[in-house]
Amino acid sequence: MTAEVGHFALILALMVAAVQATLPLVGAHRDNAEWMAVARPAALMQLVMVLISFGCLTQLYLSSDFSVLNVVQNSHTAKPLIYKIAGVWANHEGSLLLWVLILTLYGSAVAAFGNNLPPALKARVLSVQAMIAVGFYLFMLLTSNPFERVEIPPINGQDLNPLLQDPGLAIHPPMLYLGYVGFSMAFSFAIAALIEGRVDAAWARWVRPWTLAAWCFLSAGIALGSWWAYYELGWGGWWFWDPVENASFMPWLAGTALLHSSTVVEKRDTLKGWTILLAIIAFSLSLLGTFLVRSGVLTSVHTFASDPARGIFILALLVVVIGGSLTLYAWRAPSLVSTGVFQPISREGALLLNNLIMATATAAVLLGTVYPLLLDAVGGDKISVGPPFFNSVFIPLMMPMIAAMAVGPMLSWKRADLKPALTRLWAAMGFAGLVMLATWALVADGPFMGVIGIGLAAWLFAGTLSELAGRIRLLQVPFVESLRRLTRSPRATWGMTLGHLGLAITIAGMTGAGSWRTESIQTMKPGDTVSVAGYDFTFDGAEPGQGPNYSYLRGIFRIASDGKPVVTLHPEKRVYNVSKRPTTEAGIHSMFIGDLYAVVGDKDDATGAYITRLYFNPLVAWMWGGVLIMVFGGCLSLTDRRHRIGAPAGRRAAELARA
Amino acid sequence: MQKRLFYLLPLAVFLVLALYFAIGLSRDPGVLPSALVDKPAPDFTLSPIEGGPGQRFSTADLRGGGVSIINVFASWCLPCRTEHVLITRLAKMNVAKVYGLNYKDRPQDALRWLAELGNPYAAIGVDPKGRVAIDFGVYGIPETFIIDNTGTIRYKHVGPITPEILNTVIVPIIKKVSQ
Repeated sequence: MTAEVGHFALILALMVAAVQATLPLVGAHRDNAEWMAVARPAALMQLVMVLISFGCLTQLYLSSDFSVLNVVQNSHTAKPLIYKIAGVWANHEGSLLLWVLILTLYGSAVAAFGNNLPPALKARVLSVQAMIAVGFYLFMLLTSNPFERVEIPPINGQDLNPLLQDPGLAIHPPMLYLGYVGFSMAFSFAIAALIEGRVDAAWARWVRPWTLAAWCFLSAGIALGSWWAYYELGWGGWWFWDPVENASFMPWLAGTALLHSSTVVEKRDTLKGWTILLAIIAFSLSLLGTFLVRSGVLTSVHTFASDPARGIFILALLVVVIGGSLTLYAWRAPSLVSTGVFQPISREGALLLNNLIMATATAAVLLGTVYPLLLDAVGGDKISVGPPFFNSVFIPLMMPMIAAMAVGPMLSWKRADLKPALTRLWAAMGFAGLVMLATWALVADGPFMGVIGIGLAAWLFAGTLSELAGRIRLLQVPFVESLRRLTRSPRATWGMTLGHLGLAITIAGMTGAGSWRTESIQTMKPGDTVSVAGYDFTFDGAEPGQGPNYSYLRGIFRIASDGKPVVTLHPEKRVYNVSKRPTTEAGIHSMFIGDLYAVVGDKDDATGAYITRLYFNPLVAWMWGGVLIMVFGGCLSLTDRRHRIGAPAGRRAAELARA
Repeated sequence: MQKRLFYLLPLAVFLVLALYFAIGLSRDPGVLPSALVDKPAPDFTLSPIEGGPGQRFSTADLRGGGVSIINVFASWCLPCRTEHVLITRLAKMNVAKVYGLNYKDRPQDALRWLAELGNPYAAIGVDPKGRVAIDFGVYGIPETFIIDNTGTIRYKHVGPITPEILNTVIVPIIKKVSQ
């Protein structure tokens, strides 16, 4: 019964979405207020229906209803409660349900809180949202129904892939989807603006918070995924340029560019066509990510569904959504008029440089991701594009951007002089130089790129701080006055400062972990000691035991530095009872200067020794710490006064009157 | 007009990508073609299973004796066991000479396996360290090669042979190659 209720609610949601996709749009065209008003209740009704559907699927998982195929394939009665809940979205059908749930959540947020939006814009935005929803409802109902029953219910389920039974991965997909789907808001606003033929400062102010929220969620989601790979896959790596990772990284790059260009539209009324294009691209890449992961056109380590029928449907959806919006763009965008003019050396110029580099980086990642597919389609070799390509293209692209990033915020709008900006940065330059020298002295035998990476991070960090110091006129005015300026800074400015500081810290972490990692793989008998980067790992043997739905072998490593004990690590090797698949749980101790990381492997019965892998990963925790600071900065910027009170209605009305 | 074209560029790029995706969908990403197809079989000389039947097996056996099949197998390989009956059926059809390449196996295990399931092979070469298999580009067994009268590899099948694959792929290719 529960399954049928959920299924039926999904069908009703499709019907409601179909109405919402058409009536308000036509109403906005004919200036019919009643038709436009349909959008609000329809959006809320969609949310209610999808909530019912999602609740039903969750209930089926909680009660382990094995008459439902999806539950059979992904659950088991012995599975801990949190993974029964996470199991709902840890599979193809359920993750789509989560996708539409988030889509309707965003849609109803506009419906409920968008009272200061002009009615026609609101109606159009909600219609476009509903069009996307129709596509996804159809996809689910026709090819991926999560409520499908099985004819003969088995006694127990097949359990969830053990790799996914992990707290980090339980919340990774919701975060990622909040980011992906969040870009649908910017997309809907962009399409509505193209239909209306008008983009202005008020439009940018409405789009910005949605983009910012999506960006925060996506950043957190990507960092979570990378953190999961770091401790769960047991290779000590944190980014593999895997197609699925790239699928989430490309919208992030495009979204970051959009975030910066929308500022220009808001403040300076220019770069309109470009900003609209970025909004379309950011969401298109989110959809493309879904396509790449779900259709099976690219094989990847963590693809959990591939089915040609689904692939064809998603491709058709892509062609309609992306092809349709780009056609509309080609038709309407040339008529968007920008009024702001600016010199190359100016805040606008710096933001445009950021945009160009971000767009190039996105294109490079896209090319690397789909190149194997392109080559195969023309009958070429089967190849895969790996980290060497991405590192050699991506890193050189990012270096000038980081260098320019410290300068950009110092430049004034419209026209700026490079010289005073650079003279304000002498301290940052000196700091970066000192840090590079110190790094070089510490790790002279490491790769020179590492020294450059740390230098760039120091440059960005110090440059951002000197911009802050200049803004509050530190040491130029009495300290109390500086403090007053500091506390009065708009939160959006704080967001920028924190975002850039966080990125500097993240870059330092990536550089450290990428350049100076120490690795030691060997067999160890209980009592053996191995020294890694100055830390003595003593292996005290391994003990077997039982978890809730797995059995484990838990190694014990006592770690000491200069004879003083530091920590004891307990890495595990688990074998899950149902699937018999092994997973590794690395033992990790995070410190300011780096992570101690131990993995225990199989026992050699002949000698009684265990295969062990021990690592020292320098600065790796900085990476996630930096992302946390970036996300915090984004959230702070979201609470900025101008978003809380919304766009000034009077000014918009005045502009309308003028137009 | 030129400005218009500029705005059409994103759409054009997307349509090209979509076309490639459409082609990509029609292909199975799991199929890996062999780099050795239409190349001469690598040179090798392998001794028979210790204490087992037959003579040594070498590249010379593949030339001038009609179409040959090389089936890479091992006693520890479960899919090899399931396809063995079909390899036997293929050998009985007399459309090609069927040779075996015993991959990383122990002689006594291989002999027990043959005694239990029967020996369809004209000759078996033993490759205890997998050196010849590397030359053939074997990356997972079972694998089956079709080699023509001149000793050129014409087809490679990765994975166990099923009745359907035998009838719709292997036998038609043997017939085509032997003309």
